[in-house]
Amino acid sequence: MSAILRREFATYFRAPLGYIYLAIFYFFGGQFFSAVLYSMTNSIGTVFSSMFTVLMFTIPLLTMRLMSEDKRLKTDQALLTAPVSLNGIVWGKFLAAFALFGIGIAITILYFLILSSMATPQWNIFLGNLLGIILLGGSLISIGMFISSLTESQMIAAIGGFAAMFFVFMIDSIASIMPVAWLGAIFEQLSFLTRYNDFTSGILDFSNILFFLSVVVVFNFLTVRILERKRWS
Amino acid sequence: MIEIKNLTKRYGNKLAVDDVSFTVNKGEILGFLGPNGAGKSTTMNILTGYLSATEGQAIIDGFDILENPTEAKKKIGYLPEQPPLYVDMTVDEYLDFMYDLKKVRVGASKKTHISEICELVKISHVRKRMIRNLSKGYKQRVGIAQALLGNPEVLILDEPTVGLDPKQIIEIRTLIKSLSESHTVILSSHILPEIQAVCDRVIVISQGRLVADDTETNLSNKLSDDVRYTIRIDGPEKEVLSMLRSIPAMTEVQALGKREKGVYEYIIEAEKGFDIRREVFKRLSSRNWPIMSLKSSELTLEDIFLQLTEGRTDINMMPAAEKEPEEKAEPAAEAEEQEDGGDEE
Repeated sequence: MSAILRREFATYFRAPLGYIYLAIFYFFGGQFFSAVLYSMTNSIGTVFSSMFTVLMFTIPLLTMRLMSEDKRLKTDQALLTAPVSLNGIVWGKFLAAFALFGIGIAITILYFLILSSMATPQWNIFLGNLLGIILLGGSLISIGMFISSLTESQMIAAIGGFAAMFFVFMIDSIASIMPVAWLGAIFEQLSFLTRYNDFTSGILDFSNILFFLSVVVVFNFLTVRILERKRWS
Repeated sequence: MIEIKNLTKRYGNKLAVDDVSFTVNKGEILGFLGPNGAGKSTTMNILTGYLSATEGQAIIDGFDILENPTEAKKKIGYLPEQPPLYVDMTVDEYLDFMYDLKKVRVGASKKTHISEICELVKISHVRKRMIRNLSKGYKQRVGIAQALLGNPEVLILDEPTVGLDPKQIIEIRTLIKSLSESHTVILSSHILPEIQAVCDRVIVISQGRLVADDTETNLSNKLSDDVRYTIRIDGPEKEVLSMLRSIPAMTEVQALGKREKGVYEYIIEAEKGFDIRREVFKRLSSRNWPIMSLKSSELTLEDIFLQLTEGRTDINMMPAAEKEPEEKAEPAAEAEEQEDGGDEE
């Protein structure tokens, strides 16, 4: 698993993709942070809540080639015939994307330090926010990776990824237009945005943590099933 | 070392591999022969754990590939039909990755081990280059290098010489032969001379079924017990023909036509266990008809292959010489030329 993790992570920087991702991420992060500075507040929460949209558009960049490229180049034959479990392959790739994502959000630590040099730092709120974005990023990565495992084409994986992200984004509006109350309630429970906003507004709810962790586990499991299915078909 | 029992693979309604069983002993080089789409690659993919069999078992050194995949896979070095190369890496980076991926444990350090293998397949001078920029032949060698990492006991090579030039083909064949001292090798090919040159034992597979499993010599013996010769005689065709037919032990004489000025070619076949050559020589010399050439028309692997894979029964009537009547080349050269023609089937 660690060999796959290291290779995938290095691949981000072999092509410009990793740099592009970080540049986009830092650009928007910086913009949101400067808004915090201009409005003379010490509440870093607005940076994180604005990040939700940025994640929607950047995560598919990270995940689009994770599984599809191996299928296209037939390098999956090397992975699947090596003494590594399917779980090892999937989690190795997941963690590589997650590590790059981590480098992206690490910039918020810098923001926080700048802010705390000028105002009283709110450690617990910052850590809660950070945990929230880590969980959100992880779950979006596993969804994107699952979509990447369905196709051989990076482009289709990217477009599919954006569509899935858009769906996640729309869950709340879908919930509001549901004609049946209980159906709407189900969609509300699935809302990534509501749960994430709990974090950014300073609420640490254990069920939210569990929700995002479950999304990661479920979609990584589904990706493993996709690999497994290929064997049998 | 390798045991395959009743292996069956179904893709929907299509039966890709149909109840195939065989075993490979330690140190053996097994040739896996069959036309394109016969199920060679599928069998190899099942053997290496890339695909799962619909039914049946594949056991590598006592480990079932489905029940004990990690242990079984550690024993195998696999070169698939298309080498699984990450083209955006350099050769060094790639081999380094594959070394870690395969959890190699050898006595030597990682660096020495990789250097040794690069030396062996002669890619030492391209180690710093991107795989993307290498020629097909070098890519193939990197693929072979990758399979050799960790000195696996079993090597499974799917058409290892495809895309190489003749010099490289000979080098790779020599390499494979030398590897067989310490490895068990399964080699697939649809190129018959390759199997002939390298393998101890041949398995012929056609439409997913095992149609032959034997040594190359045994195979040709089994299929042609008769003593058959192709002979060229300088003399009038009709008289020669009637003279040949008058030899008591002769069971069949067939005229093949004119080959050179005044020289005609015939196929003669005698009763089993009877060597017709001396008798033919005596009679011809008494009439002063010189023998221009006399060669045994034992079945070549090509003939065996066609006979087995197409179910042809008329093979005994179709010696190599008749396939290209205008061809005046020597039999050895003919076999080389048919290398390409044989692929088509």
